[in-house]
Amino acid sequence: MDGFGKIIFYLQYPFVRYALIVGVLIALCSSLLGVTLVLKRFSFIGDGLSHVAFGAMAVASVLKITNQTALVLPVTVLCAVLLLRTGQNARVKGDAAIAMISVGALAFGYLLMNIWPVSSNISGDVCSTLFGSTSILTLSARDVRICVILSVIVIALFLFFYHRIFDVTFDENFARSAGTHVDRYHLLIAVIIAVIIVLAMNLVGSLLISALVIFPALSAMRIFKSFRSVTVCSAVLSVLSALAGLFLSIAAATPVGSTIVAVDVLVFFVCFLIGRFGLRAG
Amino acid sequence: MALITCKDLAVGYDGDAVVWGLNFEVRAGDYLCIVGENGSGKSTLMRTLLHLQPPVSGEILLGDGLTAGGIGYLPQQSSIQKDFPASVREIVLSGCQSRKGLRPWYNAAERQLASETMEKLGITKYAKRCFPELSGGQQQRVLLARALCATGKLLLLDEPTAGLDPGVTTQLYSLIEDLNREGITIIMISHDIAAAVRFASHILHIGRTVFFGTREQYEKSGVGRLFLAGTQEQEMPGRPEE
Ligand SMILES: Nc1ncnc2c1ncn2[C@@H]1O[C@H](COP(=O)(O)OP(=O)(O)OP(=O)(O)O)[C@@H](O)[C@H]1O
Ligand SMILES: [Mg+2]
Repeated sequence: MDGFGKIIFYLQYPFVRYALIVGVLIALCSSLLGVTLVLKRFSFIGDGLSHVAFGAMAVASVLKITNQTALVLPVTVLCAVLLLRTGQNARVKGDAAIAMISVGALAFGYLLMNIWPVSSNISGDVCSTLFGSTSILTLSARDVRICVILSVIVIALFLFFYHRIFDVTFDENFARSAGTHVDRYHLLIAVIIAVIIVLAMNLVGSLLISALVIFPALSAMRIFKSFRSVTVCSAVLSVLSALAGLFLSIAAATPVGSTIVAVDVLVFFVCFLIGRFGLRAG
Repeated sequence: MALITCKDLAVGYDGDAVVWGLNFEVRAGDYLCIVGENGSGKSTLMRTLLHLQPPVSGEILLGDGLTAGGIGYLPQQSSIQKDFPASVREIVLSGCQSRKGLRPWYNAAERQLASETMEKLGITKYAKRCFPELSGGQQQRVLLARALCATGKLLLLDEPTAGLDPGVTTQLYSLIEDLNREGITIIMISHDIAAAVRFASHILHIGRTVFFGTREQYEKSGVGRLFLAGTQEQEMPGRPEE
């Protein structure tokens, strides 16, 4: 059976359709705050939080909690708030705090998984938490429901506060002088990032989340120059890359997360070339 | 009542005052120039007036229906990141952020205001251009347009002509003068003392001695004469007002 036939064949199965729905939603959500994450100090927080999510995930699996999101989400959101607080008091110390928390969570999570192994294949478990697992293909209807609800919340918040997010990321001081409650919106952004990370963990694993968030934005920034067009373009690129990555991984039986990220990287190079070529042409 | 009244104000960082003993008021229609040496605390004062940082002591009273969010601000060094993808129109529109409030979109009146302001400052032709790709003078005009969208009353300009060529500087000064004639109150920090005494109605001199008064009083005062004499050697011969 060729690759295309395989895809058609697989599409008959609900778990493949679930994977596609979840993949598209996660890709869309994670691309929305890309520009903010690429250009602001939130990139640090994003990276740190993905490690925290890994630690929380380890705890959840050791405790044999079936609904892991119920634990991982609050912990990650809480850490986002804490990190932002420490970051505001003193910037240097804030970065150190992020490094401490993220590396600590990584070590702690791995330790837990070794002391109380859930299955006989520890390194397999660890690997799938870090790089994303085939679990995207074993989603239950409830997993899909949680993902859809969270994605809708993220997208709704983003659309509602789109201009505010632009205002506080583009020029914080001016926003303050115009009476915008910058700190509140920073908090909102940090919480949204935490939710996105927990969501994206299912798709690509905690180590590759940053790639999912950053690459589409970087690609879009090669071609477009306004905030709105970059945001729209990165959302489109992210969704298309995720779809392509999912189908490729099904057809070629490769790991889902890394295939999607590989497609993202490829798209980035194409955009890079287009940007270069466009500049010369203009 | 005055737009801004400062009573025995001291400004600085972490409780340490950089300047103190500031007593002045700005009335609607005034054109106040703040002058003084590098590091004397001009920008710090402006940031304090904007509630970007708390005063060390003393108080700032806002009157005449002026609110903290209703002031237009042109910062000395913008906190804008170099490669941030933002078009000129998006930036000018963001000046309407406090008018917009919690509404998720800009309404027709706000879009109209942004377009008119861009027209007024002659930047309509850059509307779709990317901000980081503009020249310093063009960027300055975009940020001035944004500040104008934020207020109909009071503009705070921190060295708006720094880094601009003489032609553009003259243009910008006459633009600010026009705005002032239209009734917008101006508070401007400037090292261009010649321009300050030419355009301003009031001068606030910050330094070891603090002076506040009208331009005429400043030209006659001890600090004023010293400061004017110190710069006149390098400046073009100062032309008296017509
Ligand atoms: N973030 C800060 N923390 C602590 N001290 C500061 C800070 N920013 C400025 N200062 C100090 O406050 C004093 C006043 O600075 P300010 O920027 O207000 O000067 P200025 O009058 O605007 O000078 P310039 O003409 O160079 O713009 C300076 O001595 C400076 O070192
Ligand atoms: Mg200054």
